[in-house]
Amino acid sequence: MIRLNNLLLKIFFIVFVTAIGNSSYSDERKIELIKNDWSFKGIFGTFDRTSLQRGYQVYQEVCSGCHSIQHLSYRNLSEKGGPEFTLDEAKAIAEQFEITDGPNDEGEMFTRSRRLSDKFASPFPNVQAATIANGGAYPPDMSVLVKARKGGADYIYSLLLGYEEPPAGYELDEGIYYNKYMPGQKIMMSKPLFEGSVEYSDGTQATEEQLAKDVTTFLVWAAEPHLEASHKMGFKVFLYLIILLTLVYLSKQKVWSRLDLKEDSNQKEETFDKVERAATEYEGEDPKTFR
Amino acid sequence: MSEDKYVPESKLAQWFDNRLPLLTLSHHLRGYPTPKNLNYWWTFGGILTFFLIVQIVTGIILAMHYVAHVDLAFNSIEHIMRNVNYGWLIRYVHANGSSMFFLAVYIHIFRGLYYGSHKPPREMIWITGLIIYLLMMATAFMGYTLPWGQMSFWAATVVSNLFGAIPLIGENITAWLWGGYSLDNPTLNRFYSLHYLFPFLIFALVILHIWALHVPGNNNPIGIDVKKNSKETMSFHPYMVMKDLLAMLVFILIFFGFVFYAPNFLGHPDNYIPANPLVTPEHIVPEWYLLPFYAILRAIPSKLGGVIFMFASIFILILLPWLDSSKVRSAAFRPLYKKFYWVLVAMVILLGYLGAKPPEGIYVILARVATTYYFIHFLIILPVLGRYEKTDPLPTSISDPVLDEPSIIDKFKKTAGEYEGEKVDTFK
Repeated sequence: MIRLNNLLLKIFFIVFVTAIGNSSYSDERKIELIKNDWSFKGIFGTFDRTSLQRGYQVYQEVCSGCHSIQHLSYRNLSEKGGPEFTLDEAKAIAEQFEITDGPNDEGEMFTRSRRLSDKFASPFPNVQAATIANGGAYPPDMSVLVKARKGGADYIYSLLLGYEEPPAGYELDEGIYYNKYMPGQKIMMSKPLFEGSVEYSDGTQATEEQLAKDVTTFLVWAAEPHLEASHKMGFKVFLYLIILLTLVYLSKQKVWSRLDLKEDSNQKEETFDKVERAATEYEGEDPKTFR
Repeated sequence: MSEDKYVPESKLAQWFDNRLPLLTLSHHLRGYPTPKNLNYWWTFGGILTFFLIVQIVTGIILAMHYVAHVDLAFNSIEHIMRNVNYGWLIRYVHANGSSMFFLAVYIHIFRGLYYGSHKPPREMIWITGLIIYLLMMATAFMGYTLPWGQMSFWAATVVSNLFGAIPLIGENITAWLWGGYSLDNPTLNRFYSLHYLFPFLIFALVILHIWALHVPGNNNPIGIDVKKNSKETMSFHPYMVMKDLLAMLVFILIFFGFVFYAPNFLGHPDNYIPANPLVTPEHIVPEWYLLPFYAILRAIPSKLGGVIFMFASIFILILLPWLDSSKVRSAAFRPLYKKFYWVLVAMVILLGYLGAKPPEGIYVILARVATTYYFIHFLIILPVLGRYEKTDPLPTSISDPVLDEPSIIDKFKKTAGEYEGEKVDTFK
């Protein structure tokens, strides 16, 4: 019996530890991602506004040659919780790009500059065009890229800095690059960021790390434009719930104190008294006869 | 269940109640006698009702903005996330709500297993509950398809292909489910339609589930029958209502932790990639709450066998009231059952873990062991235990263990000990 108990306990323990000790998805990366102190992490996490603005600049000058962000509109750039460009700045940004609109009153399509309400201009008209122009690899749309990759922001940041010479004897085909953070280590995107790729207007040193950090921050915002609103509301909701929880707890205690859980023990007390009295009466007798 | 017939006070209310006894129903629900010793594991029924309502309400709002079309579904979700007022909140509540719903239902089911709530006279509560659970799985599966991401598409492909394993008519059934010869727009449309319908079926079944509960009344941690309307019970309102509310708030706190701070933690990153029928994801995995069944499916070497065992693993639960033949309900008085119960829990967790792993090497072997054990537990261990297990003596009333005080016998012994010189230990 004891041995069976021990065996069962061991089985349970082993199973439990294996189950808990592993995360649920199997494609565990062997290589540790570079961890960064992101300002948007944590309960009060907010975006670094200037980093977002610089990140937009990096996207515009480097990434947007191949990658679209089709779910962002130019108005988003001036909205609260984002890069918070002024309305005029956002308008000016939008006007740099053209869009085919129409048909007009004559039934003709026409080209005009983009407005705040327009979506970000895409570098290619469709997926096929993007694929063929990039050697057969579609440069993914960046709208939700951060959420579509395991590791999220850390993964994007690491990938941008993960280009290196392949190990000796490692065969790479033409147009394929080695990146230690890419699953399989082979990537069709050439190294995108170099020191000084972008000249920041606010005078920040455009080191590789800085560029990667800024553009990653921008992509996190692009994927989750309401992140700050979520954090803010979450805190308020928690505060509210904790107060409510305290009140409900106290009310519950109060209500339950009304419940005569004790009554049964009072009854017992009475029975007990009776037994005791009986016992006294039988004093001197053999207690074995007691029931 | 109240013995005295309820008569509303005012004439108008009497007139109304004689024609539509809603007031009587409300009176019954408020006064419904619940055992005083129900612990916090009994609060999950209320939590589940809450989540069903949350899912229905958020779902209806999402349906106002969602577009069920293969070319537009993914974009319409992003539209909800970005442009609809608080759309991000509603969608994250809905997505994480389903996970919390399943977490609560698993706790609810395993609570039933531990305390023998499936045993006579509560078989119909158990069976209606299982039908709700089956509908929940179907609803959740179809809901997961709607964003039309990579995992949506491929999980739906895997599941609908299962029916292809049925001999002779399998392929016809698959085509019938798809509404065509591949998983495409007609499939997405019917999944959306059924995803909207099923929660209301669940709601109706929940009413049956609660109705069936109110016939025999609650089981309790001791598992013995309580005398209704006696000192052993209390009225549902306000006592259980307050307890349920307290537990619900704690659960909601955890829920909102996910919603606001880790909304995608329980999802799969691949579902943020639009569905592409030409690119298969490296590993196709369902949502976490279906993983144990996925592990059973893949543990069996033949496709048809896997399908049969997967469905059997659920349908076997319907027979549970008859397989588990022990007269004692609560595991508290079944020393052996208690141990096997925890092994079963561990095995189900193990199966869930294996469901997320690729079907190769040690994972397959472990999955086979765990699957075998799962069926042995229900088909062999439970009937054998029911016949041969030596159970502990049951108390005569739930109030003994409720009141965590020295028992009357101990008190008596103590007092009796004061009558010095007597052989105290011989007292009964």
